Amino acid sequence: MAETAVLSTGSAAPPSRRRRNWVPYALLLPGILWLIVFFVLPMVTLASQSLQEGNVDDGYVFTANFSIYVDALKQYWPQFVRSFVYAGIATGLALLLAYPLAYFIAQKAGRHKNLVLVLVIAPFFTSFLIRTLAWRTILSDDWFITTWAQNLHITDFLQAVGLTDNDSLLNSQFAVIMGLTYNFLPFMILPLYTSLERLDPRLIEAAGDLYASPWQTFRKVTWPLSLPGVVAGTLLTFIPAAGDFINARLLGNTQTTMIGSVIDAQFLRVLDYPLAAALSFILLILIVAMVSVYVRRAGTEELL
Amino acid sequence: MSEQSKGDLSLVALTKSFATFTAVHPLDLTIPQGSFFALLGPSGCGKTTTLRMIAGLEEPTGGRIRIGETDITDTKAYQRNVNTVFQSYALFPHMTVVDNVMFGLRRRGDKDAKAKANEVLELVQLGQVANKKPTQLSGGMQQRVALARALVNRPDVLLLDEPLGALDLKLRRQMQIELKRIQQEVGLTFIHVTHDQEEAMTMADSIAVMNAGRMEQLGDPATLYEQPRSTFVANFLGQSNLLRARVNPGGTDDMVTVRAHDVDLEVSREHLPDGVGDVWLGVRPEKLRLGESGGPNHLRGIVRDVSFSGVATQYSVEMPWGQELIVIQQNDGSNRATLGEAVTVSWAAQHGFALDASQDAEAGAELVDDHG
Ligand SMILES: Nc1ncnc2c1ncn2[C@@H]1O[C@H](COP(=O)(O)OP(=O)(O)OP(=O)(O)O)[C@@H](O)[C@H]1O
Ligand SMILES: [Mg+2]
Repeated sequence: MAETAVLSTGSAAPPSRRRRNWVPYALLLPGILWLIVFFVLPMVTLASQSLQEGNVDDGYVFTANFSIYVDALKQYWPQFVRSFVYAGIATGLALLLAYPLAYFIAQKAGRHKNLVLVLVIAPFFTSFLIRTLAWRTILSDDWFITTWAQNLHITDFLQAVGLTDNDSLLNSQFAVIMGLTYNFLPFMILPLYTSLERLDPRLIEAAGDLYASPWQTFRKVTWPLSLPGVVAGTLLTFIPAAGDFINARLLGNTQTTMIGSVIDAQFLRVLDYPLAAALSFILLILIVAMVSVYVRRAGTEELL
Repeated sequence: MSEQSKGDLSLVALTKSFATFTAVHPLDLTIPQGSFFALLGPSGCGKTTTLRMIAGLEEPTGGRIRIGETDITDTKAYQRNVNTVFQSYALFPHMTVVDNVMFGLRRRGDKDAKAKANEVLELVQLGQVANKKPTQLSGGMQQRVALARALVNRPDVLLLDEPLGALDLKLRRQMQIELKRIQQEVGLTFIHVTHDQEEAMTMADSIAVMNAGRMEQLGDPATLYEQPRSTFVANFLGQSNLLRARVNPGGTDDMVTVRAHDVDLEVSREHLPDGVGDVWLGVRPEKLRLGESGGPNHLRGIVRDVSFSGVATQYSVEMPWGQELIVIQQNDGSNRATLGEAVTVSWAAQHGFALDASQDAEAGAELVDDHG
């Protein structure tokens, strides 16, 4: 790579310039090596694994068994759909919760800014597993949240829309979505905060001065200028949420299995490596496809 | 809405305090419709705060704001028919120039937004960059976009907060002329905030000089310059020689004599505030002549400094009591004095002005040097 760069500068360039052109590539080298060892190689292994047949005891042989992809999709499409729906709802909820919060921290918190930011990140000091387990307590039947939800007929409502199956909150779609929203919320808040922090309050004043009501100011100035943060935040939330396997297992039931849990089970318990690898690949391709459509739609290239 | 509410802008006892600090003391001011009004004062005197209250971006602690008969004190910024050209331009970076200019019109649902925007962009000579983003423009161009964006709405009052502050001297002079031309063309009320006295004097029909949250004097540029009513105005607008003097009793209907350092000097009665005994007698440097001019006012001194600048020569003449007077002599062929020469300095009685001696003679003087 470095060599082509040197050649492309042309023979007219003075020698000293040629030398300096190496520097960016030299700086890239550790990163590229890292990616090759820890990303490209595993991906290749995974791809080849998915096209092999055999079992753990007798070993695997490469048979270019592409039909496994068709079978995997046929068998597990409900889990795929469910994963994307849950992740989508969780991302939407996280955006609704995070936007006002990030706006407040960035524009209004003043000297308490850093303190509030630390509070946002504080839950990360404990492990993902512990935080999710805590939600089992929060949503458990004998805790006040469930009692309140029952008294206020929220449980009836959730049952009516199909998010829960009975009078409790735990072990339901509702609980899984709550868990996903909670666990990935900071990934939404931080990018939103960064882009709202850069928002010049004088632009808000200027919009008001030019007859824009507070709502119009938000739609025409604040929101478009925070789009890079919105896009980054939704991606950082949606992608890991779609592949998550903890929340569905700890907070859901057999009807809320997400594709992450299936992959996890196939790899670690069923030990069907080719199927697990194929499922992983399908998930990867679907997410890449969705993300590229989304980023293009959001039209943020020029904003970023 | 824009048609019915037009009229003079009046501020009635308008006040703004921040916590413990009063930025604007009760301010009474009427600005006639269609005039070019300048708010002049040193940094921190409350100009921006006053402007922000008129725009609705800052809530007054007290007082009222009216345009014509309409009281707008309690309306929100977006409900006021007032627009601002911000000191920092505050152009929307995600919109093209023409979208920036259309912003206000669009919010009011104007059908001709596009045509009007293009028209005003022609007026500020930016038609060719209509589809660029603000960040692709030079500072001077951005400034004109900011002006166009406010101007296109034809507000009752256009507020300009040091809009030329970021420009270099040449562009600044150019824009001053352009702004004045545009104001005369569209006939809106302009309130132009500046701390550059020359800018205020060249552009404005009338000027309010502010100092430490109070209005020192209001008037047209010539009156402010010829008859300042405080030492602050005398020093902040141009330079002044101030002589300590005492008013002699008597005098005629037109003239009064004052005694300064054992010399009797004359000053027009209309330039003397009523009922004061101790005064500062002020004369502008260019009103002083070297040599006798036949009038009653002359002082003798020694030339201590000469600096020639082409169109004029500036002398520093030391008086017997140690004070140095600044004399500016036009390069009109009259004799030049040399360093160390004993000279007579004289001036006509109607060119002097007297100010209450209880004020600080240096007020405002230290604030002018850095802008020119
Ligand atoms: N939000 C605020 N809180 C406290 N004090 C303020 C606030 N805004 C302005 N001030 C004070 O009010 C005074 C007037 O400020 P203002 O911005 O009106 O000055 P200015 O005349 O526009 O000065 P400049 O020429 O530097 O722009 C200043 O002393 C400033 O410190
Ligand atoms: Mg200011």
